[in-house]
Amino acid sequence: MVDLQQRLDQFLAEHDPTTTGAREFLGAQHDAGLAWVHFPDGLGGLGLSRGRQAEVDERLEAVGAPRPDVGRNSIGLGMAAPTMLAFGTPEMQRRHLRPIFACTEIWCQLFSEPGAGSDLAAVATRAVPDGDEWVVDGQKVWTSGAHNADFAILVARTDSSVPKHAGLTYFIVDMTDPGIEIRPLRQITGEAEFNEVFLSGVRVPDRNRVGAVGEGWKVATTTLNNERVAIGAGNDREAGQIGPVTERWRRDPSVRTPGNHAELMQWWVRTEVTRLAGERLRQGLAVGQPGPESSAMKLAFAQQAQQVSGFALELAPEEGLTYHDWSMVRPETGSFLGHGPGFRYLRAKGNSIEGGTSEIMRNIIAERVLGLPPEHRPDKGIAFKDVPR
Amino acid sequence: MTDLLYTDIEESLRSSVRSSLQRSLDDGLAARLYDEPDTDVGPLWRGLAEQLGLAGLLVPERLGGSGAGPREAAVVLEELGRSVAPVPFLTSAVIATSALLSAGDEEFLPVLSAGERTAVLVLPWTARRGAWAAVDGAVGPVAGAVGADLFLVPEQGEGGVTSLRAYEADDVEVEPITSLDMTRPLARVATRGQGAEVARGAPAEAAVDAALGAGQALLASEQLGLAQWCLETTVEYAKTRVQFARPVGSFQAIKHRLADLYLLLVNTQAAARYAAGTLADDDPDQQVAQSLAQSFCSDAAVHAAEEALQLHGGIGMTWEHPVHTRLKRAKSDQLALGTPERHRDDLADLVDLPAP
Repeated sequence: MVDLQQRLDQFLAEHDPTTTGAREFLGAQHDAGLAWVHFPDGLGGLGLSRGRQAEVDERLEAVGAPRPDVGRNSIGLGMAAPTMLAFGTPEMQRRHLRPIFACTEIWCQLFSEPGAGSDLAAVATRAVPDGDEWVVDGQKVWTSGAHNADFAILVARTDSSVPKHAGLTYFIVDMTDPGIEIRPLRQITGEAEFNEVFLSGVRVPDRNRVGAVGEGWKVATTTLNNERVAIGAGNDREAGQIGPVTERWRRDPSVRTPGNHAELMQWWVRTEVTRLAGERLRQGLAVGQPGPESSAMKLAFAQQAQQVSGFALELAPEEGLTYHDWSMVRPETGSFLGHGPGFRYLRAKGNSIEGGTSEIMRNIIAERVLGLPPEHRPDKGIAFKDVPR
Repeated sequence: MTDLLYTDIEESLRSSVRSSLQRSLDDGLAARLYDEPDTDVGPLWRGLAEQLGLAGLLVPERLGGSGAGPREAAVVLEELGRSVAPVPFLTSAVIATSALLSAGDEEFLPVLSAGERTAVLVLPWTARRGAWAAVDGAVGPVAGAVGADLFLVPEQGEGGVTSLRAYEADDVEVEPITSLDMTRPLARVATRGQGAEVARGAPAEAAVDAALGAGQALLASEQLGLAQWCLETTVEYAKTRVQFARPVGSFQAIKHRLADLYLLLVNTQAAARYAAGTLADDDPDQQVAQSLAQSFCSDAAVHAAEEALQLHGGIGMTWEHPVHTRLKRAKSDQLALGTPERHRDDLADLVDLPAP
């Protein structure tokens, strides 16, 4: 049994968090097995239960240690790393996990396509074998942070003669490779946080394949379940959209009306209860992978973010009529909370679409958690090439 | 952060309570109590108390109890809520017992632990922690008074000081009230004579608040169990009921409502476990947890029962189908120990979000 506090004592004695640079500190934290304690020894962890990471994080937070930049590298930290741990080769794990944690490698996710959003298994981007390489052609969309990314996780079709889920393969792509073109995709907020990514004859070595050929759906499901945990995960009380609203309420008596108070308390309760449910899910994960239950947290998060951010505009109506800036920028980090209430309201509209729509989340819960009969699927059992599109 | 999961011991307690209820509680009893309110449900409770030690679950071993805590009591209430069991576990073994434990009683607790007698805290069933008044004359509606042996009454003593007094059944008048939920019948209670003082002044007030706080924290688990029964029963029905040549559960409109209900229950479970856990740990956040749980779980249980009724179609409206017994309990539970709206008011003060 590892004495975690003792290990932290030793680590902090050797690496002064106040004088060590973020990258160096995080790299050393990874090497000490304190990055993800539930990962194996040598890969940033100690083989402990997932729940014990909180002990590490609390301790490091208390001493003001540098933290991984979740805003810039949420895909790397929240999705690429756990997927690589579950399905990657040992070489891949040694090559990428440390730089992901230290945020010296920024990642993005090449999943969605114009014709395959919620129906993710319908991706048409092709990967064709050529010697010990694959040649990738296609178009992706809604790629957050592609303009900052060093690497990407990619789902591509490697066999169109089998039903859609069976013909997919999962790869790691170097975003500096020739044939990759990134175009900003301007959104409802005015910003271009997302991108379109065009792949033309991109050559990916076979050693960058994650999981077996044709097993891409299984690998992607692991990524998506982790994504839903990451999106739905609250941290502290009043984190998220409720935070600016409660802050305003305490600071500014002019917003306090009886109607607003009743609504505020409704949202406070729902937000807090969902935070506890997320905490309960994390406690229950232990060493296992998140399952379809994580869809429920993602669904709850989206509902609340949208309704609370809408309420925030009504709370201070004169301010709600203004907007911070409509000029197009390509932000460094994705943030749901940046700028003013108008931005938060508009940005939150994406929460029920990105990472799987709320309608798809409900289908997943109904079929995979509650065991209700599946939807009628006309594409079931039919080769992908024969499915009408 | 308090532990929000269930231990193996709690899971084994759950399966003991569930199998015991399956053996001893007949399906039709809850509905029968509306037609025959005088049905003797005493043997059901004595059986559970004897076999599983439920009466003394929260009482320390040295006073004859089993020395378990609120987390275990919460699991028992989940099971009792599922089956709307007409037993005085919440009113006697949780609320009245918590008052006696807080008051440092050693006289009544050993007898209560043995399951031979039951006790009741005599306050309106709508009272909540920090919002109750000493009893002056007759009081109602009181839950758990019908069939109780020991009546704990917070009264105004000499000089306006609160006195928590114990009365024997012979010294009280219990007048049953036809209740919305006949599985937890209500009554008006009037006392005669002086009774015996259990606590006086601040300790008496603290005992009543501790009792109501424990009730609020753990009622949430009863509401959780009830809501889970509603979801599970409705999911089973939706898988088997065929309309338009398909199980109704394959219609997306039905699936999405059940998925939303599942999400509501995931949240209800977290709120209920947090209330039980913080009570068990004597966590400083326990009052927030209790008002949070009552704000959320009360409405959730009512919504679950209403959804179950609607999604069962016509059969849900019948006396023969058990869903009505859950709706009546859920709606009554929502009003018990403080409505959600009043708990949101309490919460506003606790978390510094003051009303205008």
